Formats: sequence, C-alpha cells, structure tokens
Amino acid sequence: MDAAWIALALSLKVAGWATAVNLVLGTAAGYGLARWRRLPGRELLDALLTLPMVLPPTVLGYYLLVLLGRRGPIGQWLDTNLGIQLIFTWQGAVIAAALVSFPLVMKSARAGFEGVDRQLEQAGRVLGLGPWALFFRVSLPLAGRSLLAGLLLAFARALGEFGATLMLAGSIPGQTQTLSIAIYEAVQAGQDETATFLVALTSLTCVAVLLAAGRLMPGRSRP
Amino acid sequence: MNAVMSTAVPASPLFFEVQIQQHLSSGRGSSFQLDLQFESQQARTVLYGPSGAGKSLTLQAIAGLSRPDQGRIRCRGQVLFDSVRGINLPAAQRRFGYLFQDYALFPHLDVRQNVAFGLRRGWLNPSRRTRDPRVEHWLQLFELDRVAGQRPEQISGGQRQRTALARALVGEPQALLLDEPFSALDPALRGRLREELDALLQRLQIPMLMITHDPEDLAFFGGLALQLRGGQLVGREAQS
Repeated sequence: MDAAWIALALSLKVAGWATAVNLVLGTAAGYGLARWRRLPGRELLDALLTLPMVLPPTVLGYYLLVLLGRRGPIGQWLDTNLGIQLIFTWQGAVIAAALVSFPLVMKSARAGFEGVDRQLEQAGRVLGLGPWALFFRVSLPLAGRSLLAGLLLAFARALGEFGATLMLAGSIPGQTQTLSIAIYEAVQAGQDETATFLVALTSLTCVAVLLAAGRLMPGRSRP
Repeated sequence: MNAVMSTAVPASPLFFEVQIQQHLSSGRGSSFQLDLQFESQQARTVLYGPSGAGKSLTLQAIAGLSRPDQGRIRCRGQVLFDSVRGINLPAAQRRFGYLFQDYALFPHLDVRQNVAFGLRRGWLNPSRRTRDPRVEHWLQLFELDRVAGQRPEQISGGQRQRTALARALVGEPQALLLDEPFSALDPALRGRLREELDALLQRLQIPMLMITHDPEDLAFFGGLALQLRGGQLVGREAQS
C-alpha cells in the first residue's frame, strides 16, 4: 500500500504545481481577455486557449511530445542550452496537467474580471493607484471568488489527468506514476485489491476538492 | 483641517480651463460629438443638462478617465491635458477628489479601509486595523466612526455618500468633481445632504465642479452654471 501513498503524494505534487502555473498564466490570460476589448480576434483567441479542455488528452500529449521531445524545437533548445529534459520527468507531468486544466482557470478568471464594476477601477485610478496596484487591490480581490473556484476545478482536473501525462511523462513509479496511471497499471497487472484502494482514494480526494470548489462558486450567498 | 485649506489657495485665478473635442461612434452607425470650451473663475461650477448631453464624458476627461481627441484641460494653471503638446497626465496624478454617481465604494473593504484607500500606495490595501489620524478625523466629522468597521452594503445611503466624500477628501485634492451626487438618494435625504455638502464646501474652500440633470442642484449651488446639450454648451450664467 506504500506505493499508493507515494502515487497520491506525487499526484498532489503534480496537480499543485500545475495549479500554481495556472494561477499565473490562467489569471493573466483571463485578465487580458476581459480587458482588451479592442483586441482583434479576441473570441478566436479565447476559443484557441480553450481547446485543451475539449481536445482528447492523447492529442495534447502528442503535441507536447512533438514540441518538447528531444528532437522537438523546444525540447532540443532546452536540452542543448540548459540541459533540461522534460520527457519522463515529473516536471513533464506538471506541464501536461497544467495544459489540460489551463482553460478552467482562464475561463473563470475572465468571467470574474468581466464581472468587476469598471467604476470601481476608475475610483482606484482617481485615488492615485497605478495599474499594478489597481490589479492587486481592486480587480483581483473582486474577481477572487470566481478565480478561486476555477483554480480548485483545475486542481481536480489536474489530479485526474491521465492521457497527456502518460504520453509525455510515462509511468515511472515514484517519479511520474500518478494515481490515475497507477490505477491503470494495477488493473493491467491484475492487482484488483490495489486498484480498488487507489480508486477509492482518488474518488475521496476529488469529492473533497469539488466540495471546496462548490462552496466558493459565485452566486452562493456568503455568511 | 489647515492642510486642506492651504491647498485651496488658487495658483491661478481660473479654476478650470477646458477646451475639448471628442468624437464617439457606436457600432450601430450613430455617433456623438462633444465639442465645448469653458473657463471658470468661480469656486463652484455646475455643468447642467439632460442625460446624453456629454456631461459625464466631460467630467471623465477632466479627471483623466477618458482621453479627448483634441484640446486642452487646465486646473488652477496646471496643464492636465494638451493634445498639441502631447501631455496627458494619468488620473492617478491629477489629485482630484471624485464623487461617483453611485459612490463606487469598494465592496470588499469596510468604511474605514475605503476612506484610507488613497492614502496608501503599494500593492496592499489598508488593513482593517489601520488607524490613520487623517482617516479618523474624517470618520468623526462625518459621524461614520460607529459604522467604520462595516461594509458599504451594510450602511445607509447617506452614510455611503459621506464615506465616498471622506474617501475623496482625505487626500487633500485640488478640487472636487461630483457626478450627479444626489441622484442615488431619496428626495427627503437629498435636501439635507445638499445642505451638508454646501456647508462643507464653504468650510474647506475647495473648488468643485458638479454635473447634474437636476435643476434643483443648479439653483441650490449657484456659482457658474453651464448648460450642455448634445455635446455643446448652450448657456452660461454666473451667479454670485
């Protein structure tokens, strides 16, 4: 059973890092889409950035392999210049999990920022705030609940990520074998008892995350 | 209090010098042309007109919240905007107190934090436990000390307006810009708050520019009355 806890710890680590990445990138993308109304092709960009949510994870995994693999344009550059290899590493698993869960953060961030009363931002400017202070003191706190709900959903999605992760990072116990991949391996190997335990563990973790997300969803009354 | 008064000494006999042109077009082919010029030697200027006359746009241009296509805006001799010289001071540096129509109080902050908002620079909001003598002064003056720990949604309309005024005044602005200051209030309260504001303006000696569609505001506050219609000035009347 030790292997199960190792897999759980790894899953939490990968999902946690993926969510941290999306906290920055997803929030920035959502803010940009909400604010740059004159950006040509804004809705097209939104659709493109949402693709990872609808594309089959294997397709995403394939794209990532092509880009980040040792012969891929990015992978080659990283290898020769920085000595970084992402394939078959937990960092690779983070990239895969971050990519599939990115749209959830971006969408809820955009909705959150679009819901912020423009007059409040104008009030902040008149009161002497520069653009960054305005973002952290007015826009972000007011969009915060929506953003937080999106982050929790993204965390849950990253926790359950399978296809893209398997293709990019493989299934190395203790390194890239996350819960969902461990379940697959256990079933393949006929270890029913292990599989059942892992499935129960995964289900409980996801229910906990979703309950937390539900409490933060916009539209609920706050105490 | 003294500090507030000292800023009110005019650096120029003209409080506002405004000459702006702005063209707005909506997607449906309709367009609006704002083209006006005025100077005000009086401490009180009321820009009066029906909705859609361009009052809000003018006020926003003065505050730096919108950028006119062409023109010049000066306040007490200081150039805030000059399209020819390429000057456009950001709203954050114009040092106006701005009272928004529905006050635009920050819903995630309590009354005290709202008032203290502009005094604190940087990326963090003032804490709930913050006690700044300037903030406490205004809270007391406006009888807001008892609701200082409450959120804007929990206080009355009159208290909301006073909170917004305190927030605008605590930074010792060079002038007060008022956007339909009484339209969000019920009529009974309106009269009382007009008198409060009038007394306050007299005491602080701070110039103000108000936009309103309410003829009663015009009659009550006097000063220079400018009538705006369809983006142009159609009347000018100075009262003492």
